[in-house]
Amino acid sequence: MNSSLLLSIVTFVYCLAAFLYIAAWVFKKKELAVAATWVTIAALIGNVAGMGMRWHESYQIGDGSYGHAPLSNLYESLVFFAATIALIYLVVEYRYKNRTLGAFVMPIAFLCMAYASFGTMNKIQPLIPALKSNWLIAHVITCFFGYAAFAISFGVSLIFLFKDRFQDKNKDTGRSFLPSVALLEELTHQMVTFGFLFLTIGIITGAVWANSAWGSYWTWDPKETWSLITWFVYASLLHARFARGWGGQRIAYLSIIGFMAVLFTYFGVNYLPGLHSYGSV
Amino acid sequence: MLSLAVTSIIGTIVPQNGNPAAYKQQYGEVFYNLFNRLGIFDMYHCWWFQVMLIMLTLNITVCSIQRLSKTWKIIFPTQLSFNRSRFQKRANREEFQNQGALEQLRKEYESFLNQQIGHSIVERTKKGFCVFAEKMRWTRLGVYFVHLSVILLLLGGLIGSLFGFNGSVNIAEGEAADAIWVRNSHEKRQLPFTIRCDDFDVSFYDTGAPREFRSTLTLLENGEPVLTENIIVNDPLRYKGINMFQASYGQLPPEAPKIDPDMEVSLNLLSRESGMQYQRKTKIGQVVELPEGKGKFVIKEFQPSLEFGNMKLGETFIGLLTPSQGEETKVILPVKYARFDTMRKGAIVISITNDAEDFHAGHDHTVRYYTGLQVNSDPGVWVVYAGFLIMIIGCYITFFMSHQQVCIEVIKSGKNNRVFISGITNKNKLSMQNKIKKLAQSLKHVSKQEEL
Repeated sequence: MNSSLLLSIVTFVYCLAAFLYIAAWVFKKKELAVAATWVTIAALIGNVAGMGMRWHESYQIGDGSYGHAPLSNLYESLVFFAATIALIYLVVEYRYKNRTLGAFVMPIAFLCMAYASFGTMNKIQPLIPALKSNWLIAHVITCFFGYAAFAISFGVSLIFLFKDRFQDKNKDTGRSFLPSVALLEELTHQMVTFGFLFLTIGIITGAVWANSAWGSYWTWDPKETWSLITWFVYASLLHARFARGWGGQRIAYLSIIGFMAVLFTYFGVNYLPGLHSYGSV
Repeated sequence: MLSLAVTSIIGTIVPQNGNPAAYKQQYGEVFYNLFNRLGIFDMYHCWWFQVMLIMLTLNITVCSIQRLSKTWKIIFPTQLSFNRSRFQKRANREEFQNQGALEQLRKEYESFLNQQIGHSIVERTKKGFCVFAEKMRWTRLGVYFVHLSVILLLLGGLIGSLFGFNGSVNIAEGEAADAIWVRNSHEKRQLPFTIRCDDFDVSFYDTGAPREFRSTLTLLENGEPVLTENIIVNDPLRYKGINMFQASYGQLPPEAPKIDPDMEVSLNLLSRESGMQYQRKTKIGQVVELPEGKGKFVIKEFQPSLEFGNMKLGETFIGLLTPSQGEETKVILPVKYARFDTMRKGAIVISITNDAEDFHAGHDHTVRYYTGLQVNSDPGVWVVYAGFLIMIIGCYITFFMSHQQVCIEVIKSGKNNRVFISGITNKNKLSMQNKIKKLAQSLKHVSKQEEL
């Protein structure tokens, strides 16, 4: 049993969780949703265990010189991304006592793991000198908590738009099983503020790290620029909500645009030259 | 209320202004790649971008000050007061009934709110009383902290670009530099000290990827060494406000070995005609009279590693033979191949009798590296760091802390008292609702204990 195998299994467990959540929502079966929660918890435990194993394995090769926290390339970051999504989702589910959200959130975690398992190199590679810093851990963890919160706010916004569009018709379908519009709005806002705080800290830790590694805290590297664009989009969303009292659909659309910016920051930037290019496939 | 609304609209100018900046950057990305290839790196420092940053700063400043000056009195009133009717309209209002003397309840509720929320004030009404308490009124300032931090960041960046510098220098092992090349320009900048690279090491993983590069640097002031330290990537050296970062490294081209021009070269001269061998000693540039009147020979130069066709001849002398009759001929004399000159089929076969090692003097076979250092100074960095800190704290306050006001109203109706409790908050209404529910529960508990 090695970490790659375990994480491949976890991919399918996430798939099962997503499937159960969707089934519970469509067929309105509470038992399925409860099962989905437990499957998600199992997947999260497996996910974290897989990362721990990978961390341990990295010390077993190259006379221990490879040893590093599993947060250094696209594969490792996707695995971590899935774990943060699942973790934050479980907290939200517990706090808001609603299990339908999983139908929209867990597929994202599954897609992350699937992409990690099938679309990327999962060989443990040694760290290049620039990445050898404790700031790596702080920077990656905060960024991905931010990204995960944005991913969930994206899922919630999708439900909101879905519900908003079909609310009046067909009250008897699975849609009535969805949380109330007020709760969805509240959740979007909570997740965006949480994500915004962590994105801010993530950008800041990155800047401090860059300053200690290269001597400048900001170099307009494409990833930096795109994370700033993402930050601007969410800052606009917050201003629109706080200062102008926007809500509902418009906030939902902004949150979706914001998540698109997150995705481009995460994946798209790899096609542009820059310091973060080790994030590529 | 109206003024608040108006100031809110002014406040929204900020994101509207932020967005064009973001979009311009977005369009800028494409150009950035293009410019990158064209060698123009400076688009983020070009005038329209700078103007936009200044506009953003001005906007945040003006809007914040305007808003703050209008809301300051609301945030920090000279006298704490509350409006009962606002609490009566709250959706989170909870109601229950109990019995007991009003005066007794007032004391209990007052101390209850003092304990749970903060300093409370009491207002007597026609049929009962109200107890009001609030906490964390100051958190309404959180958003201004965030705006302040943005201004600090931009200010720090400005200070850095005005008073700081950023450049790089390559120093070969054993050599020193006291000036750097300023980034994106062809200017040299003098440093207040000299950097000497004592040593450079690079280690590799078994994959061939670099694992670590390390420079041992000594700083000299007026020729006197003041500091020696190792630097690696992510661990720079800082001295007198100037930072030296390990940025890159490279190999020096193999150095031409310095052989002593006065070095003695021993020649063996074989005459084909007589079969006689003659020994001569010479130097580079010194003319040798060939025996048996065959002409003159002079060594012109030394090549540390000559290639002849596909052959690597190694240390080789190149000379010029001027026979008594006929044309001048170039003569190649590899130190390691004494019979090489027989191929020329000349009257005299020349060879060198020195050992090849004799010409290794000064030839260092180990690879020589140079270290690439990034050298900079940024006096604005502490302003930026202060901005970072305030931004994180400000965001936390803005998003997760709220001004909470709670009011308990008691109305005497017949034998019973009707107790209402409700709360107002500027953020996170849901958690306020839960809080009011909990407070109502414990309030009931307080009263029941009293009844027993």
